[in-house]
Amino acid sequence: MALFQEKKAAEGGPYSWPSRKDSQVIGKDQMRLDTLSKTTGEAKYTYDINLKNQLIGRALGCPHSHCRIKAIDTKAAAKVPGVVHIHVFDHAKAGSEISWQGELLAVVAAESEGAAVEGVAKIKVDYEVLESFTNDEDLEAAKAAGRTAKGGGKAVTVREPGDDDDEDEFVDQEITRLLKESAHVVEGYYGIDAITHCCLEPHGSTVQWEGDKLKVYLSTQNVSGTDEGFANDLKISSDSVDVQCDYIGGGFGSKFAADYWGLAAANISKATGRPVKLMLDRDQELKIAGNRPSGYLKVKLGADKNGLVTVWDSHHWGTSGSRGGGVSQSVIPYVLVPKNYRRQATQVKTNTVRSRAWRAPNHPQGCAMTQTALDDLARKMGKDSYDVFMTNLVNATNGKADVYAEEMKIGAKLIDWKQKWHPHGAQVVQRNGRLRPRRRNAIVDGLGMALHTWGGVANSSECKLKIYPDGGVESFCGTQDLGTGTKTICAMVLAETLGLTVHDVKVNIGSSTYPVSGASGGSTTVGAVCESHRRASQDALREIISLVATKLSVGADTLVAAGGRIQVKGNGKKSVSWKEACTLLGMKPLEVSRSHKRGNASPLSNQGVGGVQMAHVQVDVETGVIKLNKFVAVQDQGLVINPKTCKAQVYGAVIMGIAAALYEQRISDPKTGAFVNAELEAYKLARLGDVGDIVVHLYEPESERQRGVIGNGEPPAISPKAAIANAVCNALGVRVPVVPMTPKRVLDAIQTAGRA
Amino acid sequence: MKAFEYAEPRTEVEAIEFLSEEAKQTEVLAGGTDLVGLMKKMLVTPDRVVNIMEVPSLQRIEPQEDGAVVIGAAVTLDEVLAHPYLESYPAITDAILGINSMQLQSQGTLVGDLCQRPRCWFFRNGQQLLDQSGHVAEGDNRFHAILGNSGPAKFVSSSRIGPALIVLDAKLRLVGPTADDEQWIAAADFFVAPRHEEQQETVLLPGQLVTHVLLPAASSSYNATYEVRHGEGPDDPLAAAAVSLTMEGGVVSQARVVLGQVAPTPWFSQEASETLLGQAVDHDTAEAAGEAAVAQATPLSENGYKVNLAAVAVKRAVLRAAGIETGGF
Repeated sequence: MALFQEKKAAEGGPYSWPSRKDSQVIGKDQMRLDTLSKTTGEAKYTYDINLKNQLIGRALGCPHSHCRIKAIDTKAAAKVPGVVHIHVFDHAKAGSEISWQGELLAVVAAESEGAAVEGVAKIKVDYEVLESFTNDEDLEAAKAAGRTAKGGGKAVTVREPGDDDDEDEFVDQEITRLLKESAHVVEGYYGIDAITHCCLEPHGSTVQWEGDKLKVYLSTQNVSGTDEGFANDLKISSDSVDVQCDYIGGGFGSKFAADYWGLAAANISKATGRPVKLMLDRDQELKIAGNRPSGYLKVKLGADKNGLVTVWDSHHWGTSGSRGGGVSQSVIPYVLVPKNYRRQATQVKTNTVRSRAWRAPNHPQGCAMTQTALDDLARKMGKDSYDVFMTNLVNATNGKADVYAEEMKIGAKLIDWKQKWHPHGAQVVQRNGRLRPRRRNAIVDGLGMALHTWGGVANSSECKLKIYPDGGVESFCGTQDLGTGTKTICAMVLAETLGLTVHDVKVNIGSSTYPVSGASGGSTTVGAVCESHRRASQDALREIISLVATKLSVGADTLVAAGGRIQVKGNGKKSVSWKEACTLLGMKPLEVSRSHKRGNASPLSNQGVGGVQMAHVQVDVETGVIKLNKFVAVQDQGLVINPKTCKAQVYGAVIMGIAAALYEQRISDPKTGAFVNAELEAYKLARLGDVGDIVVHLYEPESERQRGVIGNGEPPAISPKAAIANAVCNALGVRVPVVPMTPKRVLDAIQTAGRA
Repeated sequence: MKAFEYAEPRTEVEAIEFLSEEAKQTEVLAGGTDLVGLMKKMLVTPDRVVNIMEVPSLQRIEPQEDGAVVIGAAVTLDEVLAHPYLESYPAITDAILGINSMQLQSQGTLVGDLCQRPRCWFFRNGQQLLDQSGHVAEGDNRFHAILGNSGPAKFVSSSRIGPALIVLDAKLRLVGPTADDEQWIAAADFFVAPRHEEQQETVLLPGQLVTHVLLPAASSSYNATYEVRHGEGPDDPLAAAAVSLTMEGGVVSQARVVLGQVAPTPWFSQEASETLLGQAVDHDTAEAAGEAAVAQATPLSENGYKVNLAAVAVKRAVLRAAGIETGGF
């Protein structure tokens, strides 16, 4: 069921978390419960699902970034031995315009993968190649090609226009005046290329009809929400669709929908009466299964003599694909917003597939394009970047200036900022028109930092909890575990509440037949499942305690669950075992369903986090190669249920950020618009040897813990680009304006500075 | 992947027979680290694949009486790396270590490294390897050739170890297309910059097989490879150089400098080699060799930065060969 129905608020409660002192399970490192099954291969991912008598599907992707289909001929493909069915998409029929490379045109379903691939190769398509535009960084070229659209903007000034003033003119004059009166002005250009999702498990599914009911093994972040996507297209009810995903090999915001290739698999299965497995190829995965919008920004900022930014004036552009889009103007400048600002955005329409959500949509770009400018202010002033960031915390718009200040102090200590800091460019010198290291050694080092924010609100979620008379505990919830440890979190919450261990409870997730839980996106899952599982288990425990209280002739309010027993608090002798307590239920299991609706205030969860990250890098001045020495991430997220998996989220996010800072980019060929590096062989990612020493500190003072659970999947993925770019700038004294900072870009920046 | 016949010969003669049947398009399978990917993308569609890994005569590393070493075509990179005879050839072991991949090193072979197809992304995406239509010159050529690129071949040779074999004066044993055909050629003569689509990137004819590499006795261990790598993964370097030096009286009496990843073949630099003659090796002479190596470079629209990188690679390979700190990563 896709729709979430809130249960009556008055059905139970009150709800709360135990104190740090009283917690037996929460706050303790817990290894993922599925560690063994994953490491031994016992765990079955969608890609591992093979059904009896299934057909294998392979798809034909369009080789051109912009073209018109003149004709498509599948006759030769149909004759390939083993080919059973060919499905041509409606958007690929003769006369259709295709606006990005990789768009799937047809699917061949065959007895074997080999036959399907050969069938795809035999499909003849007559293309009319059309003019293509993919150069999203070149705004002038985009304008000349008619590929731009207004992207919105906002202007705020302390002084307001009079009744007779033209507003735009007034803002223009005011910004000009403020810049003129600023003690320091920085003019800069910054950018961040589009990067593409490259989930290790590509998008896809295996589908099987059982009468009028459809079973879908789908690689998805959204088991409770995708059944409707299938149902609508196939003209059946969502109750007739069972979406299952026990394990997923990465999603990161790209796997929320049934997708047209999933629907194709269902239609082929219907037509042939056989199960169909259709997973995207690697190049198709990179080309069409999602990407993050690019952003490029020009800015002029003004600051007072202390380095406090007082005025910001920027224009940025970028692309989310064929419809324009780009980075939202709402994140410019990022977190630290001065009292006077003007931000304008332009959308660039390119022949690239439309973007999908990508871990912390908009924020990494906003951070990378604007907190670099703040660091350039420090460079221009000859000040320590740490001090300039600290000065500007008063501009934090999320009310977390104090948290940032504390996190900065912790981060600085962990990375040894004071000891390692040197003024920007102190280790290089200009000689004979070239920037050279002062020492014979070509390696220079530098420090940089950035900070971020995110919501992380708890999504809607329902948990059905069953407690059996034999003491068994089982929960059912239509959430999914993206590999982040959600299942383990559910077990920890149940175990904590019921006084058991995580091995005493069975958690069932990953099926749309279970009670509805929200999609796992936006760092909303940990809060969601904590809400539903804590509520259900607290209320269930109350019922069991009531039975035990009668048996022991004590007040229910004197009893607690701990160590596998229900006992009088502080008196272990007056107790019954958990199993004995459950026998009091009689013949029938106790069944409790509890839910939480996103946005409802709750003592169990919250939203709004910060985080500070610092990087120490080395740069080879002769080759432009950058290496991470050390990276420190200080992150707040309210109450931490499982520090082990919480830290793992941060490690993963930082590694993703390092990849985007130094390696990742979607490269479109200027001549053809082709996505030329759409293979992991050519699409560069960070490897273990590239990430240096990553130190994670979970900031959880009592003030944070009291807030309840908040998701942390996205926030630590935001700052790495800016922090590393700032560290490189500190090392070289030269800004490498666009990430990823490839050797080519670093050398270009060094050469430009050498000539200056 | 197209369906294919699979052959697993036990002798060289059998291997040649399997490879030489005229009606069949055949491919040699050794480690398969490149071939399998090419077949999966249907860029190579053989009717028959001939696995040479089970031929005993190709599986050995054998010392010769004169101090030379012969390495069979089924010997993996890890086996080369672990073998004590190879200690005198750091140019080779440097290059293997640079691959940075347990999987590629344990599966890939030394000879397979020489026979890899170019990593040119136009070729790998189904376009022509040769730039007959300007798709490379006018396209994104950031990783393409900066030397030897005046013809239609603008890709760079993918071989990581070829430059080292050339500076070490290695020879290759070729057999086929008939059982009686056998020849030894210099590693330097193995690579070809094709001028038309019928030519490949090596001198190998259809039905021909490289069976062995012969490394002459190392006169000294003044040899090294330096690769400029973007990261620590198995990605191809941005530029590389292998250097072999003979030192007499503290100065260079013979030098061989071969660059990798900058031209359609490993690129022997006469200029860099001559620059070093009669010189003591230090940072200045090494830098001069690097500058000489790229003096005739003709970068394309997007790869001018590789000129700097190639010069640095030569400089650092020279320093490393002489046992001097390179000053870089």
